[in-house]
Amino acid sequence: MATTTITKTEKLVGKAMRRQEDPRLITGSATYVDDIQMPGMLHACILRSPHGAANIKSVDIAAALAHPGVAAVYVGKDTEKVGPVPCGASLPGLRVPHHYVLAIDRVYFIGHPVAVVVATDKYIARDAVDLIEVEYETLQAVTDPEKAIGPGAPPVHPEWPDNVAFNYHQEGGDVDTAFAQAEVVVKQRITSQRLIPSSMETRGVVADYNTGDKALTIWSSTQIPHLMRTLVAQMLGAPEHKVRVVTPEVGGGFGSKLNVYAEEALMGFVAMKLGQPVKWIESRRENCMCTIHGRGHVDYFEVAAKKDGTILGIKLKLIQDLGAYHQLLTPAIPTLSVLMMPGLYRCQNVRADIVGAFTNAVPTDAYRGAGRPEATHGIERMVDILAAELKMDPAEIRLKNFIHNDEFPYATGTGLSYDSGNYAAPLHKAMDLIDYHNLREEQRQARSQGRLMGIGLSTYGEICAFGPSPATPAGGWESATVKIEPSGMVTVMTGSSPHGQGEETTFAQITADELGVGIDDVIVLHGDTAIVQYGIGTFGSRGTAVGGTAVYFALQELKKKIKKYGAMLLESEEVSFSDGVCVDHKTGKSVTLAEIAGASHRAMKLPPGTQPGMVETYFWEPPNFAFPFGAHAVVTEVNRETGDIEIKRYVAVDDCGNIINPLIVAGQVHGGVVQGLGQALWEQAVYDDNGQLITGEFMDYAIPRASMIPWIETEHTVTPSPVNPLGVKGVGEAGTIGCSPAVVNSVVDALSTLGVRHIDMPMTPEKIWNLMEGARA
Amino acid sequence: MISQQFEYSAPATLQEALDLLANEGAKPLAGGMSLIPMMKLRLAAPEQLIDIGRLRELNYIRREGEQMHIGAGTTHWDVESSPIVRAHCPLLSETVSNIGDIQVRNRGTIGGSAAHADPSADYPAAFCALEAQFKLVKKGGERVVGASDFFVDMLTTALESGEIIAEVIVPVEQRGTGVSYQKCVQPASGFAIVGVAVRVSSEFVRIGVTGLGAKAYRATNAEEIYTSTHDAAKAAAVVADGADSNSDIHASASYRKHLARIYTQRALKEAASRMG
Repeated sequence: MATTTITKTEKLVGKAMRRQEDPRLITGSATYVDDIQMPGMLHACILRSPHGAANIKSVDIAAALAHPGVAAVYVGKDTEKVGPVPCGASLPGLRVPHHYVLAIDRVYFIGHPVAVVVATDKYIARDAVDLIEVEYETLQAVTDPEKAIGPGAPPVHPEWPDNVAFNYHQEGGDVDTAFAQAEVVVKQRITSQRLIPSSMETRGVVADYNTGDKALTIWSSTQIPHLMRTLVAQMLGAPEHKVRVVTPEVGGGFGSKLNVYAEEALMGFVAMKLGQPVKWIESRRENCMCTIHGRGHVDYFEVAAKKDGTILGIKLKLIQDLGAYHQLLTPAIPTLSVLMMPGLYRCQNVRADIVGAFTNAVPTDAYRGAGRPEATHGIERMVDILAAELKMDPAEIRLKNFIHNDEFPYATGTGLSYDSGNYAAPLHKAMDLIDYHNLREEQRQARSQGRLMGIGLSTYGEICAFGPSPATPAGGWESATVKIEPSGMVTVMTGSSPHGQGEETTFAQITADELGVGIDDVIVLHGDTAIVQYGIGTFGSRGTAVGGTAVYFALQELKKKIKKYGAMLLESEEVSFSDGVCVDHKTGKSVTLAEIAGASHRAMKLPPGTQPGMVETYFWEPPNFAFPFGAHAVVTEVNRETGDIEIKRYVAVDDCGNIINPLIVAGQVHGGVVQGLGQALWEQAVYDDNGQLITGEFMDYAIPRASMIPWIETEHTVTPSPVNPLGVKGVGEAGTIGCSPAVVNSVVDALSTLGVRHIDMPMTPEKIWNLMEGARA
Repeated sequence: MISQQFEYSAPATLQEALDLLANEGAKPLAGGMSLIPMMKLRLAAPEQLIDIGRLRELNYIRREGEQMHIGAGTTHWDVESSPIVRAHCPLLSETVSNIGDIQVRNRGTIGGSAAHADPSADYPAAFCALEAQFKLVKKGGERVVGASDFFVDMLTTALESGEIIAEVIVPVEQRGTGVSYQKCVQPASGFAIVGVAVRVSSEFVRIGVTGLGAKAYRATNAEEIYTSTHDAAKAAAVVADGADSNSDIHASASYRKHLARIYTQRALKEAASRMG
């Protein structure tokens, strides 16, 4: 036992640290699904519908089966008994089409899986797909959600000719009185176009079935290994404890891998049938066609206000383009928009009506922000439209309507309880950083020279840290296990499943501080259901706020045990534990964590009522969501000749509560802003009237590149969340949510002298040019 | 994204390559920046690929008198970074630096780009403005074709079966000539929605336009107006006249024509300012 101690006093939480996971990612030593090689592994390729809507008259697989190297070909009838691709969301009266893993007699969207070929290599499998003869009877398709629910539209599902999957109504306060008392009402149709999430790594699945054990292992690029295991086991009728799901490295998801897909069960089915491992790797074209899309809103907003700018009421009619099926959360996503529709404003009188529209397109589902960017875009556009109507400054009208600092926790008209906030602070900071008042003067000068300069603000709030279990389809808690090995090295196992969020670093920072060890003494494991206790996953900006909190509480439990062992070893009644040592302050004697860990495993002697070993598991149920907020400010200039938009400055001030690692937070904001810019300026999934996806490749789907991105200035205010002991809120989606309305507001401001009031995204140069031409005419 | 099966040969000499290319179903592969993606999408399915990208015989840049000779297998990056090209044919240097990204420019070749004849490719605008000549070779034959005859239609050139480009010949730019390439970038692909290449001196003006129609063209009517008026706006106003403009989700026909006029004006002004 040491009598002198080396104490570690430098705290890592709050420190900008390089990510622990980066060396393997940067040096190419990480393992993705496609890196997995197994003896005897077969390769699958999927035949997909070339039509948006068609009846399948016949499928002839004879030539494909006869092709040398083909092991099997399965069509819809072969897989009919596999359970449907699951929808985890429930809404009253929701129509749920049976989503077979392979189409049976009808295809509903381009890319709809029709058959799967399994062969000895991927080249043979691909060639054999072309040998399958399918006779289709093409049907009229509909891809526009407003047309789909309008008169005369072809039915996506013949059993529901109106194409309405659900109607959802939510109301708070007294909307009719608010609108009756209004001195001004502004209305606008606002769209949030369909987007293709475009993770750098496409989806991929490897499945292996041990015929002796009757045990199935699935490696999948997913955000939710445990939920996927439960649901795929159900689909396959396999006992859950004999299904293991592993997520190796996941190269991005943005919500698109917060799902259970047909291919995951299909590969399990193939492996069980053939008793050989099988791999399927999604091509980029398949990723564009068949992995969920995001957004897809047509919103009709109405805002009632007093002449002084006080917002009295908000109405929203929301048409959600659902696609042909419900994936895991499809119908739930627009309900999040409704929850968020009042934004940061003190307006209790809200009414929303959602129509969920079936279309002949791939389903929409969660994509970075998932419902909240659409809502924020809407309300932040409406506030600017109201300000323009009342000739008020956009900053002033926001400051006037913000929920006050002394009103938290604040019960919204949509049933949420905002945890904490200081909404004026980031707005003021953003305005200071961008020099708002001088900018307005600069703008006056620019306008006098005929230049189209715009200044745009957005002040956003978001629902993060999903979330309390009663409000989450499959449970909203998270789990953590922390164990200290006999040597004193620490292993953390988190039920959340990070895939780019840097939690191997942030969770290690939290752990290192609590246990007083170095960051390299901690390893964070995740994404293997055979190793890690059940968990929920990473999505909805929940990783640190819920998963990190579970780690924190597991550490508190562990520290109790450490102190018991410390007291026993020091033969003391009362010891303290900090900086990696237990100290008896009466004697000055101390014992290190490694010594305690060793003693707990050697177990020569045990503290009374204490088990050997040094492991604690904690399942944390959050009492509420957390609600980050912030303000983005953007300066743009529009080229009069071409309609090109130049972003002159971009300032993002986010308040995500306490910050564990500023470097990671900055990275999250940057990435989020880039995807917000993508929506505002370039990206759109375009289907033609036959249901063909025009933007099925990166030749036509414009994801932003580094060269297209302006300098992003990031700053923060810090308002800790009272919901969790770390005081963190979540930041993964913030950039995306704050960005698009700020950019659109800026460009509308630039064109306001031409009478432009609103522009739908993406704001392509041609769209802008047409607006300018229209104003000239 | 897996192509159909094909045979692959990497001949050691041009002669050997031409012998192989005489086979039915053989297709030359140079940098593969267009052909390989088309094969992966199964839009192209050649039975035999003859890799001419490794032939040193096709990889050179040299000046001979008043002409520059560039081997068809010269990569975009080699053209972009060549001091000789920069000194004697700055329009090519500027144009090529606009192609794709550095990875594409490291693989793609001048001959491959010309032979593919993508209507939105950058190079053809410069070829038209430079009145480039293409030395075409096949087994037992050789001929030279000018740019205006070489580009026939969308993805279609004067190349016959078994024939490849061996060399691109462009004039050495005389002192006092200003050049410019101005491009409106399609945000997804990086190709040109329109691209305009201009050479202007006290003696002449040449305007090459890509992206607008099915093939790149020399805008002779605009050249004539500029020659007589030296007015960039007036010349640019007619640059798209008579053109059968492309239209897609990135730019409608009328907007493309508008852009062609704007970018022509910009290119003329920039080139004139560089006349020195």
